[in-house]
Amino acid sequence: MNYLEKQNSIIEDFSMFEDWMEKYEFIIELGKEVNLIPEQDKSDDLLIEGCQSRVWLKSEVNNGQMYYFADSDAIITKGIISLLIKVMSGETPNTIATENLFFIEKIGLQEHLSPTRANGLLEMVKRMKMDAIKNI
Amino acid sequence: MKDMAEYKASIENIRAQFPILSQKINGRDLVYFDNAATSQKPYAVIERIDNYYKNENANIHRGVHYLSQKATEDYESARNIIGTYLNASDSSEIIFTKGTTDGINLIASSYGGMLNEGDEVLISAMEHHSNIVPWQLLESQRKIKLRIIPIHQNGEIDMVAYKEMLNAKTKLVSVTHISNTLGSINPIGEIIDKAHAFGAKVLIDGAQSIQHDQIDLKALNCDFFVFSGHKVFGPTGIGVLYGKSEILNLMPPYQGGGDMIEKVSFEKTTFNVLPFKFEAGTPNIVGGIALGEAFNFLKSLNFNELHEHEMKLLKYAEEELNKIDNVRIIGTAKNKTSVVSFNVGDIHPFDLGTLLDKQGFAVRTGHHCTQPLMDFYKIPGTIRISFSVYNTKQEIDLFLIALKKAIDILS
Repeated sequence: MNYLEKQNSIIEDFSMFEDWMEKYEFIIELGKEVNLIPEQDKSDDLLIEGCQSRVWLKSEVNNGQMYYFADSDAIITKGIISLLIKVMSGETPNTIATENLFFIEKIGLQEHLSPTRANGLLEMVKRMKMDAIKNI
Repeated sequence: MKDMAEYKASIENIRAQFPILSQKINGRDLVYFDNAATSQKPYAVIERIDNYYKNENANIHRGVHYLSQKATEDYESARNIIGTYLNASDSSEIIFTKGTTDGINLIASSYGGMLNEGDEVLISAMEHHSNIVPWQLLESQRKIKLRIIPIHQNGEIDMVAYKEMLNAKTKLVSVTHISNTLGSINPIGEIIDKAHAFGAKVLIDGAQSIQHDQIDLKALNCDFFVFSGHKVFGPTGIGVLYGKSEILNLMPPYQGGGDMIEKVSFEKTTFNVLPFKFEAGTPNIVGGIALGEAFNFLKSLNFNELHEHEMKLLKYAEEELNKIDNVRIIGTAKNKTSVVSFNVGDIHPFDLGTLLDKQGFAVRTGHHCTQPLMDFYKIPGTIRISFSVYNTKQEIDLFLIALKKAIDILS
């Protein structure tokens, strides 16, 4: 699946949920399968301080494709990170830097990307893109 | 003592004055438990703002025309209402600010600028960042020494340690009346008296107490008292710094500009009298006027009855929360206001807060701008529920159901 298809597939998954509870139960499940960063590697330069939850992000380039690893102390934040990684990992830096990232809004989670930095996610998306741009 | 039906009716009557409380959030009735962050506004305040801009708007203190004079009268009358309510010696001791943070910064800058290397400023370990950072800035600018009064595990100030810290170098003690995170009500009467015995001035951060306590500035005898209008049913962007006139008169102006001057020339500028000396520029006129209206609303309430109501809510919420597995209440001071901070096992406060929001509950999660206090308890944050006059026991029951549901999902 390409960048667009991956996002549309997530949007389709979320369209099946009837209420917020099912949606968040799914996000919490996703939070358990994120590509974690080993504890000893969680250095301060990987840390993105949110006001409430903390996020660690590590980017790698392999064969011209970006790969992301992340963690957070809050499980809902972790679930959303997991979605971002599903979409962005394995894509070329060029795709990540230039193509539209739209699924978060479509699945009704844009509140988590508000500039109040409540959970560090907005900063994380920015950093994921910046890391991609550095590798173009 | 009122009977139950009468009591309920008076709370319902108060609720009816707050239009925001009747809306739905995420399809559910809003339950607003974030009153320590900001209070909701009654019709009287909202309509005052509306009316001011529709019919009265003009700049104050310098116009000869009707609207300007009317706006000046209303603004100064608001100052009087607030000064009288707080029992200040004179309304010129009521300085309008942007809020608590602004008031503390004014004192740190102006009074703080009169301090010298080695002078000591005491704050407590439970202070809001607003009552920490201005003093840290002063510490680096004036080489004063900032000292932290420790607290006990239950969230009470360690008064023995406090008394030992006071000495001839102590110039200012700046403490919160009520902790925004823990709800602890500090023994400020004793704190003020002890500080005065050493010749130190005392600044009380009244951001949390202004809504819950009837403040009598003369009886308290503090040197400065600051609060924000928005925590006491008024608008944001307006607050009050009270200071004893003999101290304010000695202090240099904080900011320069219009309104604060007596006469300006390139050779020598002289300053206006209190309170204008500390109110440079066109002030938040509508904010001041609407804050006066908020104090009129406060006056209309029966404080004793409402205090009893809030204490009942606090007691009930704490008892019921303690029945839930793994709930740990942070802040168990003997003397508390209606603020409950808690954690549930290892669940991150952000996760619980998110799931509570989805069910229509406005609660606060995080460090509540008291990071050193979170470090003291070794926690990343808490979930905080805080009640006001319009909250009900029934809302707490709904909250408990929603909380249990959120815990189930996250466990």
